[in-house]
Amino acid sequence: MPQANPLFFDDLMKAYSLFSLARNAMSYHRNWQRAWRSPDPKSSYDVVIIGGGGHGLATAYYLATQCGISNVAVIEKGWLGGGNTGRNTTIVRSNYLLDASAGIYEHAVKLWEGLSQELNYNVMFSQRGLLHLAHSVHDMQEIGRRGNAIYLNGIDSEFLTPAQVKEMLPIINMNCRYPVMGGLLQKRGGTARHDAVAWGYARGADAAGVDIIQNCEVTGVRVENNTVTGVETSRGFIGANKVGSVAAGHSSVIAEMAGFKLPLECYPLQALVSEPIKPIIDCVVMSNGIHVYVSQSDKGELVVGSGSDAYNSYSQRGSFDLIEHTVGPLCELFPLFSRLRMLRQWAGIVDVTVDRSPILSKTPVKNLYFNCGWGTGGFKATPGSGHAFAHSIAAGEMNNIAAPFSIDRFNSGALIDEGAAAAVAH
Amino acid sequence: MFIINCPYCGDRDQTEFSCHGEAHIPRPTETAQMSDDAWGNYVFFRTNPKGYHRERWLHTHGCRRWFNALRHTVTDEFVTTYKIEDPRPPLPTESQTSSDGRQS
Repeated sequence: MPQANPLFFDDLMKAYSLFSLARNAMSYHRNWQRAWRSPDPKSSYDVVIIGGGGHGLATAYYLATQCGISNVAVIEKGWLGGGNTGRNTTIVRSNYLLDASAGIYEHAVKLWEGLSQELNYNVMFSQRGLLHLAHSVHDMQEIGRRGNAIYLNGIDSEFLTPAQVKEMLPIINMNCRYPVMGGLLQKRGGTARHDAVAWGYARGADAAGVDIIQNCEVTGVRVENNTVTGVETSRGFIGANKVGSVAAGHSSVIAEMAGFKLPLECYPLQALVSEPIKPIIDCVVMSNGIHVYVSQSDKGELVVGSGSDAYNSYSQRGSFDLIEHTVGPLCELFPLFSRLRMLRQWAGIVDVTVDRSPILSKTPVKNLYFNCGWGTGGFKATPGSGHAFAHSIAAGEMNNIAAPFSIDRFNSGALIDEGAAAAVAH
Repeated sequence: MFIINCPYCGDRDQTEFSCHGEAHIPRPTETAQMSDDAWGNYVFFRTNPKGYHRERWLHTHGCRRWFNALRHTVTDEFVTTYKIEDPRPPLPTESQTSSDGRQS
């Protein structure tokens, strides 16, 4: 719909640009407009999205901007991006083994590549390259198989010799306990600023008419005649024609409210950040074999992670011994990091499926859709997940990208087993 | 870090143990007659509760015996551990714990 000139001018004034930066500098940056409103919930919406993380906000953004459904609310029990969106290690890649995974993760990377421009919000997407190391004959066979599969799916993928790995990472200790035998490089992989992704999608969705309601916890899902009619919240009942649950670690809790079980179990996944140092690693390094991954943030901190704690928990803490299991291989690979101090440690609750692939699906309840099960690696898929889920909710049927990730696969047996590619590396 | 009470060995460090998910899921007996839905539900679908959870643990680096535990998944607090053949212990009553699982 063409907009009237005054509105257009208003939008232009709100857009972030060199011009707006200079204009706001005149008033010492005290008069920046709020990035999104904080409305009271209406009595009902066309679509209610449960969960204001990156995936939920992206879903709302694409519903409003591409599917013509702007009467949408995003209901968040805490603050935007305060769950796993703000707790991950910000890694983006699409080097998965299977076709269905290539479909959704590469869809996401292609959206990442234009995201800052589309949202008029700098998500600091940096395609600095992502290197998987191989430390054994088995690792070499695994990256050989996966690298070729990725290549056949039209996604960039290069094998590196040990000499090329050393050239790329001069500080690496090639001759560690499990010597580095090769690597698999995705140059289009990298990192993005996780908070900015949530904020950028929130601002875009809000501008398109979506109500973002924070500090509002869903306490029940109202189902009549096996059809969802809305959600009970800490701020009263909110009616909805369709409900999309994008609640990550709390998906099982929402499903229980609606009366069914999911093939999920929740674990804490920890990450660590070091004191900031000058630039020393200019790519993302991951090792499935000795179990660690590291990148350097733009602030200079090393962002480090490894495996999840292997017990069901919603505690967002994790156990101490896993920290040792994380920094051990880090110091083995990069001995000079042994003198760094770690500043912060935290955990997010990851909802893990047995095949380490997500669930984007219809459910036993009509008009109730679930997007969950992203487990240890959902951040990278944020734009693709939101885009596919929005179009699927709007159509009432899962689209081509989302369809393989149906919940039915756990009964039909058509699992998308990404254990090798995703179980360790996030 | 947890201290876990193995019903056979007593209090030991968490690092000696491994958790193996929800307990008390009986293996089906009439397997030949089972539908795909029933198989999928048995193998993959879990309650995954936010709250008290009865789960299987293995004393991996100890006596290597399996046992069950009743634990709260928000506080990670163990209420009790019990042998596989023991009856299910009751959940702590509401008066003992608040809704978020903390002891009142």
